[in-house]
Amino acid sequence: MNESAESSAQNRLLQRMSHLLQRNWRSLVLFIPFFWLLLFFLAPFFIVLKISLAESIIASPPFTPMIEWVEEGIMHIRVVVDNYAYLWEDDLYAKTYLNSLKISSISTILCLLIGYPMAYAIVRSNHTTKHILLMLVILPFWTSFLLRVYAWMGLLADQGTINNLLIAIGIVDEPIRMLYTPFAVYVGIVYTYVPFMILPLYANMEKLDWTLLEAAADLGAKPMTTFFTVTLPMTLPGIIAGSLLVFIPATGEYVIPDLLGGGNVLMIGRILYNEFNANIDWPVASAVAIALLLLLVLPMMLYQHMQARQVEAE
Amino acid sequence: MNNGRKSRFLFTATCFGIAFLYVPMILLVFYSFNKSRIVPVWGGFSTKWYGVLFESEEVWEAIALSLKIATVNATFAMILGTLAGLALVRFGRFKGRTLFSGMISAPLVMPEVITGLSLLLLFITLKEFIGWPDQRGFTTITIAHITFSMAYVAVIIQSRLTGMAQDLEEAAQDLGAKPLRVLIDITLPLLAPGMLAGWLLAFTLSLDDLIIASFVTGPGAVTLPILIYSRIRLGLRPDINALATIIILVVAIGVLVAAWIMFRQQKQRELELSMSEEA
Repeated sequence: MNESAESSAQNRLLQRMSHLLQRNWRSLVLFIPFFWLLLFFLAPFFIVLKISLAESIIASPPFTPMIEWVEEGIMHIRVVVDNYAYLWEDDLYAKTYLNSLKISSISTILCLLIGYPMAYAIVRSNHTTKHILLMLVILPFWTSFLLRVYAWMGLLADQGTINNLLIAIGIVDEPIRMLYTPFAVYVGIVYTYVPFMILPLYANMEKLDWTLLEAAADLGAKPMTTFFTVTLPMTLPGIIAGSLLVFIPATGEYVIPDLLGGGNVLMIGRILYNEFNANIDWPVASAVAIALLLLLVLPMMLYQHMQARQVEAE
Repeated sequence: MNNGRKSRFLFTATCFGIAFLYVPMILLVFYSFNKSRIVPVWGGFSTKWYGVLFESEEVWEAIALSLKIATVNATFAMILGTLAGLALVRFGRFKGRTLFSGMISAPLVMPEVITGLSLLLLFITLKEFIGWPDQRGFTTITIAHITFSMAYVAVIIQSRLTGMAQDLEEAAQDLGAKPLRVLIDITLPLLAPGMLAGWLLAFTLSLDDLIIASFVTGPGAVTLPILIYSRIRLGLRPDINALATIIILVVAIGVLVAAWIMFRQQKQRELELSMSEEA
């Protein structure tokens, strides 16, 4: 008797729960990822912002608290902008930001110059070739990024493959210094990021109406004119998407300048990492992060805007 | 530029591009069979570096940890990413949609140093206030990986959902199925290939991550990329070439098998289509 009452109570509870689920599953579907991102993506930025406004001290954690209870009921809010002033005044940081922007812009242009003809060739090739080429472009993306950078250490070293080859065929007598120079960093960035340029370009070009090119030719346009007045404007969304996908992460790159640039190439990702891990100056590292974010917020918003428009267009 | 010259230019550019992508990797594999300790100087054929690699306990532990993190990460990222994709495509307008879609696509372009730093500071703050996470390692790395890889899954699911014909779902609805039934019986099975693709992508992204893991890891938790990085910082090492060869081999086999399966499925579909047209 007692048992059956219990089981019917359980049944009722289950029914209530399934009823609740039936009505509210949409909120649940939305709530879980929303909550996750609020906690692990958005909240951390406010913590970085808060710490960037603190002072570095020798303690654990190594920064001053923002809110202190001076006496009971009296709150003392301490905000220090010294870290930002320090970034502004110290030449090193300004130079590093500019250098990062320079390296990522030039790399983006190089990726575009290499990637554009390749994407074009892939789109215009026949069915089987297209699939093989696409697979060849995607495959490196699935292998380790770190090991692809490492491959270039072996190629560019003083005793590396390229120098050995050049000396063996007698073009140079002494090895050319390539590893630990800006040149190596450019090679590394272009090498690892060029698939990110090719794929959005390909996605964009595949949807285009190529008969427009024939129409332009039929109407007497020279190939160069057709390219600049028809092809280029049509593929512009792909160019912008690919360029942003290369430019934004390349600006904050850490591994490539560290492994291929050695100490000779200043990039902001490396400064941030070093301030945090080697100098243990959390407030300055946080300020560097916020400044980097401000620098990239415009391109990032542009990318989001384009993503949203593309999804709507589909 | 006439047509012949144009296609010759495209052909040359593509060949150079593919060579640029592959020659470094081929050399990496080649020198893993080098007897000499100095990587780019050939000293005869040998497989001894594979032995050296697997003698090291560290390597095995790092591989095990990385695979464990990647598996848990991929599973959670697949679930969260699918839910997020569904909400964005099928729920129309809701409160906070702009914020939500912004948070979903931002991790795709966020520099890793920023994500890593901010998550570490979050974990430290959480520990101070609620005493969790007690120590950093497996759990913190997995949480960090889920956060950025669910964004990739959500993008895949979004594009699948927008490209998918809705007639089956509408038919089920017309026959009286409740929205949740339609979701479980129709939409999710149709989404399964996208979810699998998302799982695989999340798995690979996790295996590949160095920066975020190095920020949020703690003493004792050494993932494979962290181990590789600590070794190659000091210069070229033949045992790392051996490791790279194994990774490239595994990936190449995986991609080829996936391509073959997709190719067969497509053939099958074309066959069915032509048969139904004939009938």
